[in-house]
Amino acid sequence: MPHRRSISAFDIIGPIMVGPSSSHTAGAVRLGQVGRAVLGVQPKEALIGLHGSFAETGRGHGTDRALVAGLLGMDTHDPRIRDSLDIAREKGMRVAFEKVDLGEDAHPNSARLHLKAWGREVVIEGASVGGGVVEITQIQGFPVRFSGKYDTLIVVAEDRPGTINIVTGLMLDHRVNVAFLRVGRKQRGGDAIMVYETDDHIPEELVEALEDFHWVRWVRHVPPIMG
Amino acid sequence: MIESIAEMVDLAENQGLPLHEIALRAEMQHSGRKREELRERMRERLETMRESVEHGLAEPVMSLSGLSGGNAHRLWNWLSEPGCEPITGPILSRAVARAMAVNEVNAGMGCIVATPTAGSAGILPGVLLTLQEMRGFSDEQLVDALFTAAGIGGVIFRRASVSGAAGGCQAETGSAAAMAAGAAVELLGGAPRQSAHAVAMTLKNMLGLVCDPVAGLVEIPCVKRNAAGAAQCFIAVDLALAGVESVIPADEVIDAMGAIGRRMDERFKETARGGLAATPTGRRLARLIWEEKRED
Repeated sequence: MPHRRSISAFDIIGPIMVGPSSSHTAGAVRLGQVGRAVLGVQPKEALIGLHGSFAETGRGHGTDRALVAGLLGMDTHDPRIRDSLDIAREKGMRVAFEKVDLGEDAHPNSARLHLKAWGREVVIEGASVGGGVVEITQIQGFPVRFSGKYDTLIVVAEDRPGTINIVTGLMLDHRVNVAFLRVGRKQRGGDAIMVYETDDHIPEELVEALEDFHWVRWVRHVPPIMG
Repeated sequence: MIESIAEMVDLAENQGLPLHEIALRAEMQHSGRKREELRERMRERLETMRESVEHGLAEPVMSLSGLSGGNAHRLWNWLSEPGCEPITGPILSRAVARAMAVNEVNAGMGCIVATPTAGSAGILPGVLLTLQEMRGFSDEQLVDALFTAAGIGGVIFRRASVSGAAGGCQAETGSAAAMAAGAAVELLGGAPRQSAHAVAMTLKNMLGLVCDPVAGLVEIPCVKRNAAGAAQCFIAVDLALAGVESVIPADEVIDAMGAIGRRMDERFKETARGGLAATPTGRRLARLIWEEKRED
């Protein structure tokens, strides 16, 4: 599938990373980083589902260690990646792996992260599409599509008119420019998800302001993951 | 966003600019960052490339699995023996040693620059650092070359794929070799159009190459496929500089690579279920490694 999304020169010449595989190691680190950011804290429990080539050859590429390294907040060139399973154990993160089938349409290098900590729970699916570039495809069952390369604001809210206006109004107040916006929902009459990828840093006050609206279920700011 | 090699060449010819300048300007526009900041980031990558080459040549680097390693050092030592005359000549043989060095460091979970992927990370440093050694190019010229390579790789990423799991080894080492060829032609004084022909000819010669890593590890045959990628690159570079053209334009070759990759059987796309991975020896090694792991 051709990728029309923006790709930087440093995605092609890069990332600087610990081997052995950009898709199975570096991309996996980044999926873990996004999972950690969406949960908002370091997971206490992580059930990691591996799909396709991730399940078939992931072990040899250190995909398991790489995903956990990302969950621990390590970057793609962190020499501790190879020891991440031990480090997770020391830090009290319980990790389990399973083989999953995310369907025919799922990219062969896909993972599902089911993360829990302090009463929070997140299920996130994403793919490592090559050269360390990732694409998040699902959050809490909502279809999404974002790369983690931008400041990203995720808002799950009641599906009602005017919500986008309010969010973009707040962004205008904080001089945050939206690069990409995607909206999705599971069905009519339920909650909807908005994913804003922005050119500018999303300030904490903006997130806090949104959390005060009664129609907002939850908000999360995912800072850009770069390598 | 540059969508085709033809567009890159047109932009370069119409403005009388080299390809690296087109690629750098596209990146400035895309990122909103300044020229010097982008060049500094690229210098950092060149430095990591150099470190990974030196590491892999200076000592035998073994992979984590123990399945492979030490061959870049072995080749380098042989090349350093007095009177050694490698059949491939001094330039290709040294590029091959450097390319293998990076991939051995990668298999040892050492630090490398994925160009465009980790499995194909040896080809660009192998080619560029050897041209620097043998032809005296400066670091700044190599940084230029990396931007050209990035521009070419970006087009391949958008039109086809650079992932072995999605498109086989042709998408990884094929893309890396094509990127290196386009960049090397420019470095050696070729016109933008000649770079495009080098991209096309390199990729043409690597179409259909499957991704069949033994035990699913980026080792066998990946390390030697990087050596082959450097050779394919240099063949196309000489052809292009001599004025030989590819009848099929680069963009169509890239599209063909993408189409072949999509239709390629899953067994040949990094699942370790076909090709060399499925040979008796491949299976035996896989059993050996994973049984040992379970005992750990």
